[in-house]
Amino acid sequence: MMTDFRPTILAFCCNWCSYAGADLAGVSRLQMPPNVHVIRVMCSASVKPEYVLKALSQGVDGVLVLGCHIGDCHYMTGNHRTAKRIPLVQRILKETGIDEKRLKLDWVSAAEGEKFQKVITDFVQDVQKLGPNPLREVRF
Amino acid sequence: MARIGVFVCHCGHNIAATVNVEEVVEFAKTLPDVVVAEHNLYSCSEEGLGAIRKSIEKSGLDRVVVAACTPRTHEPLFRKTVELAGINKYLFEFVNIREHVSWIHAKEPKSATEKAKMLVAMGVAKAALLEPQKEGESSVIPTAVVIGGGLAGLTAAASLVAQNIDTHLIEREARLGGNLADIEVVAPEFRKGKELLDEMKKELKVSPKTHLHLSSEVTEVKGFVGNFEVTIDKAGKAEKIPAGAIIVATGAKEWTPKDEYGYGTVPGVITQMDLEKRLAKGERPKRVVFIQCVGSRQPGREYCSRVCCNTSLKNALRVLDASPDATVSIMHRDIMSSGTASEHMYRRASERGVRFMRYGLDRPAKVSRTQSGTVVEVFDETLDEEIDVEADLVVLATPMVAQDDSRDVGKLLKVPLDKFGFFLEAHVKLRPVEFATDGVFVCGAARWPSSVSECISQGMAAAAKAAIPIRKGKVVIEAITAQSDPDKCAACGNCVIACPYEAIEIVESEGKRYAKVNEAQCKGCGTCVAACPNDAMQQRGFTTRQLGAMIDALVKNAMGET
Repeated sequence: MMTDFRPTILAFCCNWCSYAGADLAGVSRLQMPPNVHVIRVMCSASVKPEYVLKALSQGVDGVLVLGCHIGDCHYMTGNHRTAKRIPLVQRILKETGIDEKRLKLDWVSAAEGEKFQKVITDFVQDVQKLGPNPLREVRF
Repeated sequence: MARIGVFVCHCGHNIAATVNVEEVVEFAKTLPDVVVAEHNLYSCSEEGLGAIRKSIEKSGLDRVVVAACTPRTHEPLFRKTVELAGINKYLFEFVNIREHVSWIHAKEPKSATEKAKMLVAMGVAKAALLEPQKEGESSVIPTAVVIGGGLAGLTAAASLVAQNIDTHLIEREARLGGNLADIEVVAPEFRKGKELLDEMKKELKVSPKTHLHLSSEVTEVKGFVGNFEVTIDKAGKAEKIPAGAIIVATGAKEWTPKDEYGYGTVPGVITQMDLEKRLAKGERPKRVVFIQCVGSRQPGREYCSRVCCNTSLKNALRVLDASPDATVSIMHRDIMSSGTASEHMYRRASERGVRFMRYGLDRPAKVSRTQSGTVVEVFDETLDEEIDVEADLVVLATPMVAQDDSRDVGKLLKVPLDKFGFFLEAHVKLRPVEFATDGVFVCGAARWPSSVSECISQGMAAAAKAAIPIRKGKVVIEAITAQSDPDKCAACGNCVIACPYEAIEIVESEGKRYAKVNEAQCKGCGTCVAACPNDAMQQRGFTTRQLGAMIDALVKNAMGET
């Protein structure tokens, strides 16, 4: 097993829900693996597919996009676009031979510190199972 | 070349006990464009802020990165500090190494330190590309609109006209007062509901600033803070009201049971509001059973409606006041009577002989009709036995639920609701009566089941908040709005469709068609940025180059050079 493998993971968190959920996890001292690096964006809908492709093509082992739950978006319907866009990016990844499981979309509200912890912990484990991103050595 | 200063905070032991702060500082010194890296015991203290200012002057910094806690609380403070030292406040970048590092990786100091370094590298990479921004300003129409003429709305409107602000109060019913109009006395002070309403109505009546619209509904809301246009339908006629701020006070309603506890089938089974009306008419019931938490604190409607326990305690006492020999039982799952006055009411009810029986969600009471009358069977958890109680009236304490059309109101105003249909404020603790949408406020039971005193204080709070832009006469627009580059824009219109605020339009200038963002209307979500196929749309403070640089910094520092 790849238990020694320590993946490098990038997470895009929206300012209003998931970033706040991450803050709550911190305030609640919920422990989780230290592999995930958060970039704060205002809305998950502002995450361009290019960011995901850029990160994965340069060898980042996994990308998380976290937004508000559907119906709770600070910008009303922003996350509806995220919900449509990310599966599309996953398809593109699959078509190009990158395991689409390296990209994950989930919803974490400002009140869900425990959910944040679970999403991070699960995703790190999932990526560990996938092993290092093969593009790490190639880097486009 | 940028001249960046990096300030890493110990936060006492909060960060330093896990993250090796000195090591992060030494690492930061090796990053491109970093001229100075220091650490402070508490960066946000007077001393820490002073050290940052001094360093800016001494080293001629033009950008500042603070690695400390969350930007969601402390960013304004640090922005102000760099501004005082002569740096545009948008040239500040916050790195979170407390909530996102030390507190969640407490047992892994080495990995936590490495992660802190990565995040600092990403923050520095973004900071190098930050650009100074100028915040926009727009004028404010000195008029307020209050939607809903219940107690919260009345209070808000009365507070606004008292400040000499023209206020339009819009109520869809033909009368004012909402739920309170049907409640004779209110808990826990036993004040007359009518007196409270009359006080508010009087304040409105005497002011020439009051514009009352009864039997009127809001049909459209356009614009943004300072410049709204609210269209109402007044008896079939449309009327447009220009306004600077809007307060939502659309209230809530009592949930009507379907067939729970024999409601609608067994005689004498009524709701709290039914009881209020009966008591107001002078009815004097002798044997009353209250059943609490009917339809609340259960799967599907998990919340506590908060006002029902006090209402039952109040009405139990009223029944006993009218007929001292009456028998009153309250079947509950927990009595929620917080605060001195409410707790006093609970104690009085106990002293007056009200019987409290605790039941469990798994064994709800049964109400049936027998020859001797209506009987409530309940399993009393305290006594650990089944008890039968005869009753003339069985009062079901059902929760307050959102108005059926609260989601429509939310759509009109572009404000969010929770899963139960109540309005969701910008921040539960820090911004309680404000929506994230500037210039729109909320108060009363539209926000959450609220007591009379809460409706009043929230109405006043919302009015005070709504008066800020109106009194200032102008609003500042945070410089995180989107901008398009006409040279790159192909006028495809993707962003126009994507924008949740209708803030973008395709315009033509000097023979070129391109997307133009109305900055006063833009809320800075960045949705249009991701929708743009040409990279023509950019969000200030979150440009594609800035975020790209963060990704590059992570790749470079976490995985080494290629």
